[in-house]
Amino acid sequence: MEKFTTLSAIAAALPEANIDTDKIIPARFLKTTQRTGLGKNAFDAMRYLPDGKENPDFVLNKEPWRKAEILITYDNLGCGSSREHAPWALLDFGIRCVIAPSFADIFFNNCFKNGILPIRLPREICDQLMADASMGSNARLTVDLPRQVIVRPDGQEVPFEIDPFRKHLLLEGLDDIGQTLQHETNIEGYENRENRDKPWMPSIHID
Amino acid sequence: MGPRTLFDKIWDDHVVETLPDGTSILYIDRHLVHEVTSPQAFEGLRLAGRKLRHPEKTVAVVDHNVPTSDRTQPIEEADSRNQIETLERNVKEFGVPYFPLLSANQGIVHVVGPEQGISLPGMTIVCGDSHTSTHGALGSLAFGIGTSEVEHVMATQTILQRPAKNMRVTVDGTLGAGVSAKDIMLAIIGHIGTAGGTGHVIEFAGSAIRGLDMAGRMTLCNMAIEAGARAGMVAPDETTFEYVRGRPFAPKGEEFDKAVAYWKTLASDEGAHFDKEVTLRAEDISPSLTWGTSPETVLPITATVPNPADEADEAKRTQMQRMLDYMGLEAGQKIAGTPVDVVFIGSCTNSRIEDLRAAAQVAAGRKVAEGVRAMIVPGSGNVKRQAEEEGLDQIFLDAGFEWREAGCSMCLGMNPDRLTPGQRCASTSNRNFEGRQGPGGRTHLLSPAMAAAAAVTGCLTDVRELA
Repeated sequence: MEKFTTLSAIAAALPEANIDTDKIIPARFLKTTQRTGLGKNAFDAMRYLPDGKENPDFVLNKEPWRKAEILITYDNLGCGSSREHAPWALLDFGIRCVIAPSFADIFFNNCFKNGILPIRLPREICDQLMADASMGSNARLTVDLPRQVIVRPDGQEVPFEIDPFRKHLLLEGLDDIGQTLQHETNIEGYENRENRDKPWMPSIHID
Repeated sequence: MGPRTLFDKIWDDHVVETLPDGTSILYIDRHLVHEVTSPQAFEGLRLAGRKLRHPEKTVAVVDHNVPTSDRTQPIEEADSRNQIETLERNVKEFGVPYFPLLSANQGIVHVVGPEQGISLPGMTIVCGDSHTSTHGALGSLAFGIGTSEVEHVMATQTILQRPAKNMRVTVDGTLGAGVSAKDIMLAIIGHIGTAGGTGHVIEFAGSAIRGLDMAGRMTLCNMAIEAGARAGMVAPDETTFEYVRGRPFAPKGEEFDKAVAYWKTLASDEGAHFDKEVTLRAEDISPSLTWGTSPETVLPITATVPNPADEADEAKRTQMQRMLDYMGLEAGQKIAGTPVDVVFIGSCTNSRIEDLRAAAQVAAGRKVAEGVRAMIVPGSGNVKRQAEEEGLDQIFLDAGFEWREAGCSMCLGMNPDRLTPGQRCASTSNRNFEGRQGPGGRTHLLSPAMAAAAAVTGCLTDVRELA
C-alpha cells in the first residue's frame, strides 16, 4: 500500500448525497480478478453517455478535474454494496482523498485499506471546499495528514479528526495483516478457550 | 458488569485483545466466501506466502455470476466463467470447503449459510458482501467486509474493529393482511433513512418481530445495511432453536443442548443501554414499495408519488426530481396501477421457501399478464428442490412464470439476468439504485406477494385486492 503523507492536488466537487458503491463502480465491472484497471469505469453511468462517449457535463470529464486527486461530496458517501472495487476504482482513477459530511461504514473502512484518506467534515465546510474546488487548477487543496489539516488556497487551515491507529498505518503504508500477526499468541490463547468453552462449534468439511 | 445488549455479549465474547487506541482484534467464527470479492484476497495470500489460518471455519460458494438457466451448459460470459474458475482453483489450492455449481447445496451464500447450519446463533460471521447482515437473524453478529479484510480474516481468523453503537428497533402489535417482513423493513428504512443506522448495530425486537419465522427475520436483518447499519440482529429464541435443530452442520444431541444453553444467555438484559431507540406499530404498516432510486423512498401501495416542490432542502429537491425522471414517474400520480415489464422474485432478501410459498399463493390459478416477464429464482438448490416437492414450481409454471436455477441473478445483474434501459421491474431484492438491475433499469422493491400481484395484474398492485 502506498504511504499517505501530504497531498497537494486538484479537488473535484460532486455535490450529491448517498453516492452508492454501485454508482462508483457498477456490478458488471466487478468480474475482474485484479485490483487495478477499474479507473476507466469509475462513475461509469455519470461519466459516459449511452453511446459510450464521455459526458462533457460530468466534472471528472472536464479540465482540470480530470486530474483530480481529491473528491468532495455530500452525506453518506459509499453506501450500499461492500465492494472494495469502489475504492480500487477511485484509486485507479487517481483519487487519494475523499471528503464528505458522512460516510457509509464499510466504504470508510475500505478506503483506509487502500491508502485513500477519507475525511469527515461538516456540511458547511464541505460547501466551502467545494467552492475552492470549483476554481480549478488555481485552487489546489493541500491535505497534510501528519498535522491533520487541510490547507485551503487562501492559506486558511481546516483541521480534521482521524483515528491514531489508522493514521499510523496510512503514514507508514502498512499492511495490517502483519500487525495483527504480531498478536498471534493471544489469538492462539483465544482459540484454546473457545475450543474448551464451545466444544459444539462445528468445523466444516465438504467432500 | 452491568446489563448488556445482545450485540455487547457477542462482541465481548469474541475480543481477542483490545489495542491501546481502542481498536479490538475480534475473533471470527465463520467466514463465507464467494467468487466476486475473493480473487484479490487469495492473490494477496499467495504473494505474501500465507495460508488460511482455519480453512475449516471457512465455506465458499459461487452465486453472483452464475447463470440461472441450464447448468449443464458451459457458462457463456467469459469474464464470469473466469471468476468462477478462479474460485475453484483457489479453494483447491488453499483447501477451502466449497459447494460447487452443480451441487444441490449451491445457492446464494446468505441462503446457504443458515440453511446448512454453517451460520449459528452467537457466532461472529463475516463475508465480503454487505448482505452478510442476513445471518444476524439467527442471533449472530454478522457483517459485510471488503476484500482487504477478507484477506485479513483468511490469514488471521480475526478482524480489526471498533465496537458499534447499539440501536433497537421495536415493532409491537399485529401485522395486517398482506403485510410481511419485507413491508416491516421497508417501513423502518422509510422511517429512519439510508443512514439512520450508520455506526450502529440494529437489534430488532417487539412482538411483531418475535412472531416472524426465520425467513422473515432474515429479510429484516438482510436489509439492515440498507438503513446504513453495520449489522442487524434478532435475539435467538425457540423459533431460532427449532430452525437450527437438525441442519446438516449444526451440533447434534448433547452438543446441541449445550449450544442452546449458551445461546439462551445471549438475549439483551433488562435495562441494557441502547444509544438509539425507534418504535413502530405493526398496525401502521401497509403493503409497501419504493418509488425512487434509494431504499428509503418508501410508500404504502395506496399512496401517491411525492412532489419535489414540497421539499424544502434544495439538494434533496433536485435529487427527488432526478429520481422521478430516472424512474419515469410523475409527482402526485398514484403508484398503484403503474405498468411493469419484469417481475423478479429472488435474491438473498426474499428467495427462501417461505417467500416462494407467499408468491405461489397469489399466483395460484392466475396468469402472468401479457407482455410481462416474470422470473422465480430460488435461493438455493435445496429451496428449489423443496418447492418442487411442494408443487410450487407447477403453480408458477402454469401461471407463466420462469422457474430458474439458484443464484443472485437479477438482484445485481452480474449474470445474463438484466433489465434493459427503461424497463420497469417489481423486484423482491434489496437495492433500487440507478442501474442496479441493469443500466437504465427501473426497480421497485417490494415483498414476494406484492411482486406476484404485479406479475398477474401487469402493474403495481395492492396484494390485498387479490385476496
